[in-house]
Amino acid sequence: MRTVAVVGASLAGLRSVQELRSQGFDGRIVVIGEEPHAPYDRPPLSKAFLSGALPAADLALSDDDFGAEWRLGVRASRLDPSSGSVFLSTGEVVRADGVVIATGGRPRTLPGTASLRGVHALRTLDDAVALRAELLPGARVVVVGAGWIGAEVASTCRSLGLDVTVVEAAAIPMERALGPVLGSLCADLHADHGVDLRLGVGVESFAHNGSRVTGVVLHDGTHLPADVVVAGIGVEPAVDWLAGSGLALDNGVLCDHGCVTSLPSVVAVGDVARYRSSRGHVRHEHWTNASEQPVVAVRNLLAGTTAETFRPSGYVWSDQYGVRLQLAGETGGADEVAVIDGSPDDRRFIAEFRRAGRPIGLLAMNNAKLFGRLRRRLTAVP
Amino acid sequence: MITACAVDDLPVGESVVVSGEVAIAVFNADGEFYAIDDTCTHQDASLSEGWLEGCFVECPLHAASFDLRTGIPNCLPAKKAVRTYPVVVQDGMIYVDTGRHEAVA
Repeated sequence: MRTVAVVGASLAGLRSVQELRSQGFDGRIVVIGEEPHAPYDRPPLSKAFLSGALPAADLALSDDDFGAEWRLGVRASRLDPSSGSVFLSTGEVVRADGVVIATGGRPRTLPGTASLRGVHALRTLDDAVALRAELLPGARVVVVGAGWIGAEVASTCRSLGLDVTVVEAAAIPMERALGPVLGSLCADLHADHGVDLRLGVGVESFAHNGSRVTGVVLHDGTHLPADVVVAGIGVEPAVDWLAGSGLALDNGVLCDHGCVTSLPSVVAVGDVARYRSSRGHVRHEHWTNASEQPVVAVRNLLAGTTAETFRPSGYVWSDQYGVRLQLAGETGGADEVAVIDGSPDDRRFIAEFRRAGRPIGLLAMNNAKLFGRLRRRLTAVP
Repeated sequence: MITACAVDDLPVGESVVVSGEVAIAVFNADGEFYAIDDTCTHQDASLSEGWLEGCFVECPLHAASFDLRTGIPNCLPAKKAVRTYPVVVQDGMIYVDTGRHEAVA
């Protein structure tokens, strides 16, 4: 293998470049990144960067270019695997005998808001800069969606002293991932910190003055005045550029158990990769996954075959309202959840998720030390 | 020089936090004692609560891993080293020499 194209220049792309070099690949690497920025860390965008505590310069993920050619601010528009060609928005065609797909995802947008100012999604540094500029004293913020991003944005806005309402269509936030009891507990964190949480009600429409959002109308008729609206309603994998490539696409790039696509010369990593696990095809939208998958994907790419199976740690963290939440393993699909240390009332505990009596996952709140020990026992289970 | 604790109070695999000008974490890694800044250079987290494996401690929050001998991280998300401090063991007590921290770039 002489040339590898890495499409996507965020964490999964950067980690792939690092792994290519550390696994001994000394050929040409071309990295294509749609954003103009060198790889940066996204988790602070909803937290310390959004609050203003962390400057943009501190978001950089690496000072090293790994001897790769970085095409930043350039979009990959098409992949032709038969000739190993990646077509770029600049007209350049990169010929590569290996391709790493790390294009991540795009945040879903709220219908009917495309032309409205004051309505934000949060995925990129530019998104965060635009949102931050509007978090002015006295601004009324409505966050749509009480998942991780929504909760973190709400938390940051509260820390800035803003009025925050969170609207969540589900009756219990994150119930699928955490179950009803712990999902409700996460909802309680909002209330603990003075957020107006509206559960079980969807958004009907947006009030505006012609150009700018002025409020959110809910299905039950409630009108919430708003200066800023933030959508935290999930992400769609960025696979549009792969149409016609022949790769199997279904809610992401379909891969085998080693992140290899239907072609051995093409692997996929990070948010866009939907790989085969023991529970069927799954896709993860988390930092640790984007950091871990390239180890295996690059090994398999360089081997030309699926020599290694990806085994996720399932590690996820979220910092909100000064509370540290940590998850590991599998939390969805448990038939039993038990608190094994501390107490939810104290906002310091660890819960164990079990299936057929076997521990499969953990959720910790403000209990990092014990969590670190327990999660290793979890991954030791075959 | 500040006192950390008695050797007997820091078994293998354990850690203790010593408060000086900044919090310092002292580790017993397989019988060797190491002292580093307790706060992760990536984000506010106590490394003394991390997972100790050989000469490396993994941050309990985001899994950045630091070499206790040099303070240098060997993986993301941390990029900056933590400071390291000489540890002196005398008469069954562990001391940290805070005047001689190694400032690593």
